[in-house]
Amino acid sequence: MIEWFARVGQGTRRSFVEIGGAARLLLQLLASTPKAFKRFRLISDQVFFLGNRSLSIIGVSGLFVGFVLALQGYYTLQRYGSAEAVGLLVALSLVRELGPVVTALLFAGRAGTSLTAEIGLMKAGEQLTAMEMMAVDPVSRVLAPRFWGGMIAMPLLSAVFSAVGVLGGWIVAVLLIGVDAGAFWSQMQGGVDVFADVGNGVTKSVVFGLTVSFVALLQGYTCKPTPEGVSYATTRTVVVSSLAVLALDFVLTAMMFSI
Amino acid sequence: MQASRHDAWVGFFVVLGATALLFLALKAGNLLSLNFDDTYSVTAKFDNIGGLKVNAAVKSAGVVVGRVESISFDDKSFQARVSLKLRAGLQFPKDSSAKILTAGLLGEQYVGLEPGADEKNLKAGDVVTQTQSAVVLENLIGQFLYNKAADAGGGDKK
Repeated sequence: MIEWFARVGQGTRRSFVEIGGAARLLLQLLASTPKAFKRFRLISDQVFFLGNRSLSIIGVSGLFVGFVLALQGYYTLQRYGSAEAVGLLVALSLVRELGPVVTALLFAGRAGTSLTAEIGLMKAGEQLTAMEMMAVDPVSRVLAPRFWGGMIAMPLLSAVFSAVGVLGGWIVAVLLIGVDAGAFWSQMQGGVDVFADVGNGVTKSVVFGLTVSFVALLQGYTCKPTPEGVSYATTRTVVVSSLAVLALDFVLTAMMFSI
Repeated sequence: MQASRHDAWVGFFVVLGATALLFLALKAGNLLSLNFDDTYSVTAKFDNIGGLKVNAAVKSAGVVVGRVESISFDDKSFQARVSLKLRAGLQFPKDSSAKILTAGLLGEQYVGLEPGADEKNLKAGDVVTQTQSAVVLENLIGQFLYNKAADAGGGDKK
């Protein structure tokens, strides 16, 4: 019986220590922001590594999501004789939900894992310890540029995803199915609000960018410095950041678009 | 600062992202139809506004001439008080009438403004007195059924 209580106590204490460690790392990252921006080349290299390299998968995924949305939307809407609203459907779903969320999920898989593996291997190879020995703070030299690279790349990728998706919807709806192009665009412009829809979509993508980059760095920074530890941390990056993005998306949507 | 070989690609990526955002705002969104022109507002009282919403269009002869600024309830006359923002350059006679119309069968509702013949024009703060309410489907069906029943009753007496 006592053992059981001890186990509960230990579990509680350990989870508090984990939360505290994560919060401290986030504060350290934010505190080293000015230092990181002084050496902007490090950040821009990370933007290249996380953003440019993800551009192809984001673009192709966006195009196909737009295709499918237009096909499925048309199939349902034409039953009610309002096939022209397919443009509005595609644009609203992409800008408000699918753009930020799917980009964040792909970003976690494409860029988050590589961040975790990189940091984890640096830790396993004792490179981070070596930096500390040379009085170089690994958080501000290694982690902060990667964090800000992800924060900058993610909203841009999300905007590219939504824009390419809208173009994909246009290709299917207007070019293949033959929906009237004027009605397609005017319905879209009538229903999509710049601040309420596009603006909130951008806000979401910034929040998701922070979540995914931070989870990836945290998992890499706190992993066990062994091959198994790195592989476990990489898996956890995908699982934790995907779940966090989906849960945060629900909370943000409920806050932004309620009523 | 030392130039990096990635600089051009990063620049390309950032410009691409900004272009995508601009595309979403201009082509998919309503940034172009948000107008920051001068406006003046007039009020119209309706018995029933149906599904009219704030920011709905105000059209005259089918052309958008303004937007619905706010909707509130007047507990003196038990009517809806709709404030309309009209473009400053456009003048309408004082006895113009407003009615609530629907674009298409299932479309959005908007305010139609029909010019009258008065020589004086509407000024800021004026009230449009001649209004016509939105058509509420339930009332329409109720009226139809009532007329049908009345017709059938009349037929029986013969």
